[in-house]
Formats: sequence, C-alpha cells, structure tokens
Amino acid sequence: MITNSKSESREKYQAFIDAGFKHTTRFFAFAVLALLAGIIAELFIGALPSIKAFGFGFFTSSDWDPVNVQFGSLVSVYGTLATSLIAILIGIPVSFGIALYLTEISPPWLKRPLGVAIELLAGIPSIIYGMWGLFVFAPKLADTLQPWLIDHLGPLPVIGVLFQGAPMGIGMLTAGIILAIMIIPFIASVMRDVFEIVPPTLKESAYAVGCTTWEVVWHVVLPYTRIGVVGGVLLGLGRALGETMAVTFVIGNAQHLSFSLLDPGSSIASTLANEFNEAFGKVYTSALIELGLIMFLITFVVLAFSKLLLYKLSKREGEKS
Amino acid sequence: MFAKKSRNLILASAIAYGMSVTAAFATDITGAGATFPYPIYSKWAEAYKAKTGIGLNYQSIGSGGGIKQINAKTVDFGASDMPLTSDELNKDGLMQFPAVMGGEVLAVNLPGIKKGEIRLNGKIIADIYLGKITKWNDQAIRAVNKGVNLPDMKISVVHRSDGSGTTFIFTNYLSKVSGDWKSKIGMGTAVKWPVGVGGKGNEGVASYVQRIKGSIGYVEYAYALQNNMIYTQLQSHDGTFLMPSSETFQAAAAGADWAHAPGFYEILTNEEGKSSWPITGATFILMHTSQEKPANAKEVLKFYSWAYDNGAKMAEELVYVPMPKSVVDLIRSSWKEKIKDTSGKSVWN
Repeated sequence: MITNSKSESREKYQAFIDAGFKHTTRFFAFAVLALLAGIIAELFIGALPSIKAFGFGFFTSSDWDPVNVQFGSLVSVYGTLATSLIAILIGIPVSFGIALYLTEISPPWLKRPLGVAIELLAGIPSIIYGMWGLFVFAPKLADTLQPWLIDHLGPLPVIGVLFQGAPMGIGMLTAGIILAIMIIPFIASVMRDVFEIVPPTLKESAYAVGCTTWEVVWHVVLPYTRIGVVGGVLLGLGRALGETMAVTFVIGNAQHLSFSLLDPGSSIASTLANEFNEAFGKVYTSALIELGLIMFLITFVVLAFSKLLLYKLSKREGEKS
Repeated sequence: MFAKKSRNLILASAIAYGMSVTAAFATDITGAGATFPYPIYSKWAEAYKAKTGIGLNYQSIGSGGGIKQINAKTVDFGASDMPLTSDELNKDGLMQFPAVMGGEVLAVNLPGIKKGEIRLNGKIIADIYLGKITKWNDQAIRAVNKGVNLPDMKISVVHRSDGSGTTFIFTNYLSKVSGDWKSKIGMGTAVKWPVGVGGKGNEGVASYVQRIKGSIGYVEYAYALQNNMIYTQLQSHDGTFLMPSSETFQAAAAGADWAHAPGFYEILTNEEGKSSWPITGATFILMHTSQEKPANAKEVLKFYSWAYDNGAKMAEELVYVPMPKSVVDLIRSSWKEKIKDTSGKSVWN
C-alpha cells in the first residue's frame, strides 16, 4: 500500500514536471514570436512619420537630403542587394569547393587542421575584416583588379555599366568581395557538415558502378543534402545582407545612385550605422527606421523565396518518380 | 575695473565655499554628446578629479545624441558641436555656452606637394565639393597658385559619412562663401553631397585622403597634425592667405561678437580680420534653465569654470583653442542669469 501511494505521488509529480516543462518550452517558443511581432510593430510605428511624408515614393527615390528633409531608399537598397549578390556569387562556388575537398578528396590527416582553420576564420570579428579591407585590400585592388576591369569590361555593352569609373579601391565591388570572404567560412562549414552525413553506402555504391568523384558529388551528395546546402547559403546571405562594420569601412558611403560597382555606394546597414547617432528631427530619424523596416522585409522575402524554392524542388522530385 | 576684480573675488570665494560644502557628498558629473571635444573633456576631467575628487562621466555619442539625452534629462549636461538657435533653446528650456574651440583644415594627397604649398579659397573649395572643379590643374586653382606645379589629376572628394559637427561647420562655411552651395546643398550635420566618398569619423576621412591619390578632405586640425597630413593654406575673409595655427584660430574667435549673439549662437566661419582662420568653430554645452537637481548643475558649472581658468594649457597641448577671457566672463554672467533651481534662485552665484 505504502509503495503504491508512493508511486502514485511520484507519477503525479512527474506529470506536474512534464506539464511544467511543456508550458515552459512553449512559452519560450512563443516568446520568439512575440519578440518578432514586437520588433515589426516598433519598426512600423517608428517609420510612420516617414511613411506618411514620402509614401510609396520612398522606394523609388534616390534622394537622401537631410538638409531639405527628402529621403528615399533606392541607393541603400541597391547597395545592399548588389554587395550581397557579389558576395554570394563568389562565396557559393568557393565554399562548395572547400567543403568538397574536405569531405571527399583531402587526406584524413589534413581534414582536422583545415576544418579548424575555417572555423577560426568564421570567428574573426567583422571590424577586423573592415580594417583589413580598407588598409590592405582596397589599395591592392585599386592598383590591380580595378584598372583591369575598367579597361577590359568597361567598354562592353550592357555589363560595361557595372565597371566604369575611377579605380579608388573602395566601392561596392570591394564591399562585395570582403563580404564574400566573411561568409565563406559559414557556408563552407555548414556544407562540410551536411556532406559528411551522407551515408557512405550511397557514395560507395555510386563509386562501385564507376562514377567519378564529381559525378558522385553532383548526383548523390548534393541531392541528398540539398536542404542543408541551401540553409548554409541562406545563413551566409543573411550575414551579408546585415553586415555593418566591414561594409561601412569599404563601401565608400556615398548617397548617390550609380550602377557601377566601382563607385562608392551605401548599404542599408552602413547608412544606419553612419547616420543614426546624429540624425536630427522626426522625419530623418523615422526615414532611417523605415530603412530598417525595409531591411527586415528584404530578409523575410529572401527567406520565404528560398523556402518556396525548396518546396518546389521537392515537389518536382515527387512527380519524377 | 575694481568692480570686475571684486566680482571675481566674490566668485572665487563662492567657488571655494561651494567646494567645501559639497565635497562631502560628491557625485560624479554626467554628460553626453559631441565626439570632437571628447579628448579635451577627458583630459580636463582627469586633472579635475585629481584635484577635487569629482569625476566626469562623459559619453561621446555624437551631438545629436547629446541633444536627445539632455532633453530626456538622463544627463547633467549635453554637448553639441552645432549650436541651437535661441528659438530651439527656449522651446526645450535649455541654455548653451561654448566650451572650447577648434579649427578645420583641408587635407590633400598630391604627389610632390608640401604642407601649406597649395592655396585655396572658399569659392574654389565650394566648386570642388559641388563637382564643378574636377581637375587639380583647373584654371581657378592655378590662378591663386602661381609657381606651383599642379598635376593634371582628377580631384577625388572625401567627406564625412556620419553626421557630425565637423560637417556642420564646414558646410556652414561653404554656405557663407558660395551662393550656389547655399541654394543647392545648404548646411547641416549631414548634407546631400553631390560628389565624393564618405569616411566615417575624422579617422575615416583621414585614411581615405591618405589612400586615394588626388584626393581632398576636411578634417580637424588636431587630426591632420597627429597624422602628419598635407594641408593647404586658406584665404581669410579679408583676402589674406593663412596657415592654420592656434593664433589664426584664436583671431577668428576674438573677432566674433559674442556679446550680441543670443544664446552664444556664433559660428566662427569666415570671420572678418586679416589673420582669422576661415573654418573655425566652437563646441557647446547644453543645460536646462530650470534645474531639478541644482547641486548637480552647480558641479557642472564648477567643472567648466575650473577648465576655463586652468585648462587652457591642456587644451593647447591637444591643439584646441581655449575660450578668450572676455568670452568666459560673458559665459559666467549668463550662468548666473539663466540657470535657476525650481524656486527661481540662481544656481551659480
């Protein structure tokens, strides 16, 4: 009898703990949602004076004139998207190569030191990249790559627009390359981790029927790890979109619209970092907050788009088989 | 003469009395704002603390932030490089006074050009920053630089990317000397720059100028000295060409009519006088006229009073320009007149 009641109270106690655990974790999970909603609401309220003043024109205007209180987001949005795109274009193939080498080709004794080195790179604070970019990388770029681009790609039709101007070293291209260097460790380490979880039997069977390493990676490893790879790329893209310090150092911080990647520009994050401290007046501050809101939306759209892409891909796979 | 002396005597004894009373429950002074005077404020604070035991907690968050913080009453004083107009002061119940001054220079990066070798005037600088003059061997620059070998090189304009009092003083100068600048761009802590790249902070501008060949940028004189940058001569309001120095900055300050500037609203650009450096500016302290904590306000005033009397040498070491004696007297009487506790009694007496 005694043992019975004892186990009963024990059960009750456990049920209580279980319920408590459930509610606590649920609270944490919902707290994230509440936080997200709170941030959006705050940004929206803060941006309201600017939304009222400029309306939809805020998206299409390249004006940024604190003296006459005229603001538009076009320059900053273009800068953000252009630098992130450059970063991703350089970052994906390089990271893919790194991850591929580490998992498939590298001799076992080299895997660890290389892997650790990549993780260390990911831990370097962004301001160090910014300073290195400004003091070391930009002058080199001004003497080598940029004059070459201006001479050889500048005169071309269509894409020539992107490569005109003076080789100053700083500008959107430099910012994009620095961003690429910053996000490569992130993407590469995620890719390496997901490549490693591919069951060896799958790969070995492919090798057994005579596939080359490339074919194994392309037809076995990549399809198996697609979601993880896209996740890694998104992680990098997220970092590139929001990166502030490093970009502020090398992008040139000019508020005029130029499609040339060699010209100075601004990203949303760099504009905020530069101007928030000293912004005066309601509309100016509010315009900066609206920029923040736009940044939030861009991140959201990128995320949603990639989820959709993944969903479409998996659906098509279903049809095939 | 006698009246002035006896007043100073009373003042001195009042300070001494105030010190003996409040030292027992000394609290640190808090302030926030402009980054430009931060080095000298911290140097003064160190010396003041060694003497009186009262420290200064100054957050250099930028002039705009300083104005916000003093309005929110989170600090005992705010600091701004851009003076508020008397309308703005009255609206928020504030008063302001200048603490210390400094000058700005145009730094250039041109091969073979030495310090002070190139002469510029306001019109040329405005046209360069408007993008109208694009080459160093432009006719207008050559006209004032006879005998100097100016290269056939593109001018790369460098400006501040962050909002700053330095930009305010510079654009205020350009607005005074160029009608075009005034109508197209105007003045402010941040403006819509027609050309150029933006560096964050004085150090950002300095590093861009040192890196980009053919560039020109405006930086604080102290900064140009520390970084051994090549700066230019500038033409004064009266037409003379000057080198930047403590003397020419002080000449600009002495020429200003502080007595008739309501709320000390005086921007020392393009001041008259043969030896007045054209781009000089003061940095300001903001305080509430009605003090809920008169003891704290008094500590702030005592600190600046001490700095005016004893801090000149420290200021000059860091290439700031101390306020002239005549202006300090005006400042002290404005404290007495304007800063009151809630019952209407003067905090400073």
